[in-house]
Formats: sequence, C-alpha cells, structure tokens
Amino acid sequence: MSKENRIPIKKYFENAYKYRYLVQEIVRKNIKLQYRNSALGMFWTFLQPLLNTIVLVLVFGGFFGKSSDGVVCYAIYVLIGRLMFECYSQSTKRAMRSVRNSAGIIKKVYVPKYIYPLSNLFSTFVTSLISLSVLVVMFAFFYIFQHAKYPDLVLSWKFFLVIVPILLLFLLCTGVGMILSVLNVFFKDIEYIYDVFCNLLFYMTPVFYTVKSMKLTGSRLWIGYMLKLNPLYWIVEEFRSCVLVNGFDWNWTGFWYTLAFGVVTTIIGVIFFYKKQDKFILYI
Amino acid sequence: MAKPAIVVDNVSILFNLNSEKVDNIKEYFIKLVTRKLKYNEFWALRDVSFRVEKGERLGVLGFNGAGKSTLLKTVAGVLKPTKGTVKVSGVIAPLIELGAGFDSNYSGKENIFLYGATMGYSRKFIESKYDEIVAFSELEKFIDVPIKNYSSGMKARLGFAIATAVEPDVLILDEVLSVGDAKFRKKSEDKVMSLVDKGVTVLFVSHSTDQVRKICNKAIILKGGTVVASGEANEVCDIYEEMVNKK
Repeated sequence: MSKENRIPIKKYFENAYKYRYLVQEIVRKNIKLQYRNSALGMFWTFLQPLLNTIVLVLVFGGFFGKSSDGVVCYAIYVLIGRLMFECYSQSTKRAMRSVRNSAGIIKKVYVPKYIYPLSNLFSTFVTSLISLSVLVVMFAFFYIFQHAKYPDLVLSWKFFLVIVPILLLFLLCTGVGMILSVLNVFFKDIEYIYDVFCNLLFYMTPVFYTVKSMKLTGSRLWIGYMLKLNPLYWIVEEFRSCVLVNGFDWNWTGFWYTLAFGVVTTIIGVIFFYKKQDKFILYI
Repeated sequence: MAKPAIVVDNVSILFNLNSEKVDNIKEYFIKLVTRKLKYNEFWALRDVSFRVEKGERLGVLGFNGAGKSTLLKTVAGVLKPTKGTVKVSGVIAPLIELGAGFDSNYSGKENIFLYGATMGYSRKFIESKYDEIVAFSELEKFIDVPIKNYSSGMKARLGFAIATAVEPDVLILDEVLSVGDAKFRKKSEDKVMSLVDKGVTVLFVSHSTDQVRKICNKAIILKGGTVVASGEANEVCDIYEEMVNKK
C-alpha cells in the first residue's frame, strides 16, 4: 500500500522526457509567431530593447538629470536593468497565462500540464538571450568610438559570468511562473493584480536609478533594506558587476540570497502545481 | 491473449457544480467566510467497468448527457476518476473533437508537427509520416496557409489524418466520423478499418447504430452515467434502437 502512495518520481521523469518534443515545438511556435506579419520580424527582439533604452536614457539621463551620476556608462547601465526586468516580467506573465490559454488542448488530450508554463518560460528566455546581442553591440560601440569619454569601460573575462545571474533569474521565474499559472486558473483577477505588481516592481528594481544616488541614510535607511529584499535587485546588480567591472562588485551575500529565494519559490511552485493540476480541467 | 488494451474498473466521476459561479477572489473569500460555498454534487459516471482486449472495437452508445464524452476523457487521461482506476496499455491517439491541438495562426504544415508533438511524437517521426498525412487530408494546396483560414471540414481532415497516420495502439473516436463530406467519411471509415486490421484497439462514440454495427464488435450503452447494457455490437445496437423508439 505504501508503495502505491509514493510519488513515482521515475515515471514522472520518463514522461517528461517523452514530451520534450512538445516543449521544443511550443518554444519554436512562440518565437515564430511572436513577430510573424511584422515587417521587421525577428529584428524587433533587437530593436525594441534598444529603442526603449534610448527613451529611458533620454528621460532619466537628461531631462530629469541626476540619475546617471557616478555610473560608468549610463546607457549600458539602463540597458542591463531593462533587459533583465523585461525578461522577468514577460516570462512570468506568459507562464501565468499559459495554462488558461491552452485550455483547448488540456481539455481534450492528455499532456503533462507543467509543459505549458515551462515552455513559455523557455521561449521568453530564448528571445531575451537574442536581445542580449543589443548589449554586445552597444558595449562595442562605446568601447570603440567613445572610449575617451568612458575610460572606465573595460573588456574583461568576467563578461562570461553573466550566465550566473541569468540562471538565477530563470530559477526565480520558474517558481513565480508556476505559482502564477496555478492561481490564474482559479482566479483570473490575478492577471490584473500581477500587472500592477510588476509596475511596482519596476520602480523597486534599480533599472534607471542607482541606489547610491538616493542617499538613503539616517531615517531613510530602511528603504535601502526594503529594496534589497527584492531578488531582482541582486540579479540586476550581479549582471552589471560582470559587464561594468569597474563600477560594481560581485556580492556573495546577494548571490546566496537570490539563490535561496529562487530555490524556495521553485519548490513551492512545483508542489503547488502538482497538488492542483488535476483540478485545472474543472475550472478552465 | 496478451494484456487487455483498456481496463476500466469501477470508475466514478464526481463534478461539483457550483450553484453560482465564483471566479474572483473577493467573492470567494466572502463566500468562504460566510460559508456560502455550496456545491451541487453530480455524478457524471457511476461504477463504470469494462475491459477491451487488444484489437477489439468497443462502441459507446447513449443519449446526450449520458456521460459518453466524460468516459472518453477519462480513458484518454484528461480527467482523473474520483473513484476507481483506468489502465490503458500502449499509445493513445485521442480524436476527441478534431483540431483541439491546433494553433490558428500556424500553417497546416507547422500544425502537423505541433499536433504530433502534443501526442508525444518527435519531429523526425512526423517528418517520415508527413507526405502520408498531407496526401490523406488532400490539403496539398493549402498546407502553407494559416489554419484560421481553413474550413471546419479541412481542419477535421487534417486532424484525422495526423491521428491515424501515427498508427496508435488505441484510437479514441468521438463522433469524428460524422464530419466532412460523404466522400471523406467513407475514406476515414476505410482508414479506421485498415487500422483495425492491423490490430488497433478502437473506442468509438457515435449516435449512429449503423456505424457502430459496421466498425465495432462490442458495444455498451450508457444511461445517466451507468452502463445499462453491454455485449455484442449487434445485440446492443438493437437494444439501443428500441430505447430510441420508445422515447
């Protein structure tokens, strides 16, 4: 009897392996369809972050002044923040809607349901990785043509370490995406709530400002601590420490905090999803 | 004989029909606190048991709301039984409502691979079946057109072509043979029969006793979620026709 009650882990892995083609196909589909019928097609994955960064740089680097003080290269600073944040919000939002959007299939054909949030996460990460080419281009531009203006911008082997914050981000998004996809099945309100939450999160993450420039001392010290509870804060800062090596230091406390945060959310997400997945069909 | 293809053992399915639809958090909490979350219990299936040996064709007859589709979904693994167990050996190709796995912005060709993957097949395997699928569906001219521009008959043809081309062990058919024109219906019936000759097990839901007599060798009648008759296809079809005439 006890044998039957145990979760057959091995069977789950075999099943997941069998459906790996479906993950591939959904990722392929999402990427193909995202820019289909647009004149510039895939080029938008490159152009969109570039244009958005220019807007942020113009607004916060120029019109509102101060934000760019003490940053090695403000444009790159903003671009990194934006790329990471956009990757987080897009992937979690897509994962959130994935189960509901696949209602047609889930109701008719047996498919392991976690395939849907997962493959949507994958596809957003793939496009985000393609977007990283903007960073390479922008870095090359400033390094080659504007070197006199930005002497602190140096090439370093640490650039390859960006994989660490990207993996941390993926872990975090997996957990959050799984939890949201389950919640969205039962309460569609979560879509709107989460939209507002992402807006708040955008301002709580140092995308266009630096925490230093906020002068959080004395009675305002607690704001700094609050900001540092946000795992995205660390992910963005670690990423910057890999690219803008002269301006940022790798922070081990931040690394362990984000890793723990990601692992815990993912475990909660997986358990939550596993417990509720059989009820999906009755609600979607 | 080898292991039976489908064993359905004392399966019951309970639905909680919400007396009022609660789909936002505020209402849910208000009702939870005030203990007004009431459910009407509804047993869609009650103690349904049968077994289908390999290569047999079981027809499922019954009026609307008798639980036929629920039964098929349970066998397909979409619904988990509240009580009892369902065991299916081999690959199942469900043909419940054709085209459910399609993406409307995707072309016919791309959808073939997507649908194949939904059933757990690799791109390579589907590629080897691709020509056969396109030829059977007779959609050569439209295969690069987005599915949203297809007629329902075209979608049905494509779905049927994919699900039968992969040569599953168990084929679940839910009134799909009634779609399409007479010519395609004949063609798809022949295809099912040729699969049957190869030893495929078929679970077939239909309102047409003629089709059940033609395709199936065994049949059951569902009424109110329970099996009221089972046995040889011809005998069960006679009972069903009597039931229809009585009404």
